[in-house]
Amino acid sequence: MAAKRSVIPFGPQHPVLPEPIHIDLVTEDEKVVEAIPSIGFVHRGLENLVTKKDFGEMVYVAERICGICSFGHGYGYVDAIEHIMNIEPTGRAKYIRTLLFELSRMHSHILWLGLMADAFGFESLFMETWKYREKVLDMLEAATGGRVIFSIMRIGGLRKDVPDDILSGFLPELDKIEEGIRACEKAFLSDPAVLGRLKGVGYLSKEDAVKLGCEGPFLRASGVARDNRMKGYAAYSDMDFDIITSDDGDSYGRCYVRIQEIYQSANIIRQCIEKMPKEGIYVPIKGFPNGEYMTIIEQPRGGACYYVHASGKKFIERMRVRTPTFANIPALAKTLQGCDVADVPILVVTIDPCISCTER
Amino acid sequence: MSLANFTKTEFKNLFRKPATEKYPDGPATYKDTTRGHIENNMDTCVLCSVCQMRCPTGAITVDRKAQTWSIRPFSCIQCRRCVDNCPKKSLSMAKEYTKPDVVKSQMDFELSDRQKAVLAEQARQAAERVAAAMEERKKAAASAKQTKDGEAKKSEDNKTQ
Ligand code: SF4
Ligand code: SF4
Repeated sequence: MAAKRSVIPFGPQHPVLPEPIHIDLVTEDEKVVEAIPSIGFVHRGLENLVTKKDFGEMVYVAERICGICSFGHGYGYVDAIEHIMNIEPTGRAKYIRTLLFELSRMHSHILWLGLMADAFGFESLFMETWKYREKVLDMLEAATGGRVIFSIMRIGGLRKDVPDDILSGFLPELDKIEEGIRACEKAFLSDPAVLGRLKGVGYLSKEDAVKLGCEGPFLRASGVARDNRMKGYAAYSDMDFDIITSDDGDSYGRCYVRIQEIYQSANIIRQCIEKMPKEGIYVPIKGFPNGEYMTIIEQPRGGACYYVHASGKKFIERMRVRTPTFANIPALAKTLQGCDVADVPILVVTIDPCISCTER
Repeated sequence: MSLANFTKTEFKNLFRKPATEKYPDGPATYKDTTRGHIENNMDTCVLCSVCQMRCPTGAITVDRKAQTWSIRPFSCIQCRRCVDNCPKKSLSMAKEYTKPDVVKSQMDFELSDRQKAVLAEQARQAAERVAAAMEERKKAAASAKQTKDGEAKKSEDNKTQ
């Protein structure tokens, strides 16, 4: 006799992650046969504010789209406007932007590691990883003055320079963080209890990952080498780094990719500090933007698109953001099919969902 | 692969001092660059309202009649725009975060007596200058009229001739 089907709601409030995503899990016994996601619980209408705040002030709104990748959102908006207005920021501004971008990526990935440890119930590992995240936040605070919202982006460059002595002070900190993460890595990638929760859980094949339009580490863990940083925006064209991929395609692979990307970010930051040009950080802008532009940048969670349509006035007509979590939800529904109900929280965490920026 | 991968770290942590700060038992520590809250030096502010116009959230109100400068700290997003734009460098960003409160309070600051006197003196001088300029203008107008009258007379004389 076939098992009876029942629907178990997951979220919008669930202990594994404080953000409101709702998934209807159609289950048979303990197996999920279908997952139907729904979002839309925290829509704030930030995109519409673009018609009410002038285009310079809008940077502050763009930064507030998300609390974790706030620098990237500010960057994406500013990048689009700079392309519309044909502004080329100075080398130093580009390097500092790259550095802050990578610091944000480190902080986001370490945060994710902690959440992951929390999801499979390893609380001391969770606290250990967040100890290092705190160090990254301290570095961000020393550089910009803010821990979460940096308010340092400005159309045409940066609002404030980061002095060289602060930058060189980052080098020993980076070494410490790297050392700490290497100790945690052993627990994540070779502890048998952890492996039992990660290996083979939520497998996504390379073809499916491409077909379902995945983004970021979720895509790279399925063996697809795609990283928008390779397009060379900001100062990435001057940096020496490779795309990190894994052929595992499961939760273990996603863990591996993110841990390696933390080291990679630390390396890029070191390169930035080493090659940092000495010049101004701001090119003055004239007039109002007129035209449209779409840019795609690599956020910690994957490629994020920013579309801006301006018509030569103080207020921009339309801004649109497509976030990586939104792109990853179809693939999440796919990976949930056939998994155990007990693995659902882990799988939801492996896409590193950021619902507040998905709904803006 | 071993079961005791993380045990070493955990064991070490037992003998380390805590990674967290004992706030509020001890003082909170801030970086030099931390954007905490806005302070205004009421000895130098000239109530020009530039900060009010620049603030993206409308947290600042300048009342020139009452000679006060007010800020609603819970609306302020610590963006530093007012500080960068103040022509008198009167505003500054302090390190400490805004104190918590049960209402979205507004803090009013009155100009210091010294600065009030300075502004009053400036206003008096400005008024004097305006008065002087008006006087000048009146005189100029009067003399212009005279010469015009004179010229008109002359031209009339010419006509009659
Ligand atoms: S901009 Fe400066 S001087 Fe002008 S009102 Fe504000 S604080 Fe005072
Ligand atoms: S820091 Fe920004 S939000 Fe706060 S008062 Fe100044 S301009 Fe307004």
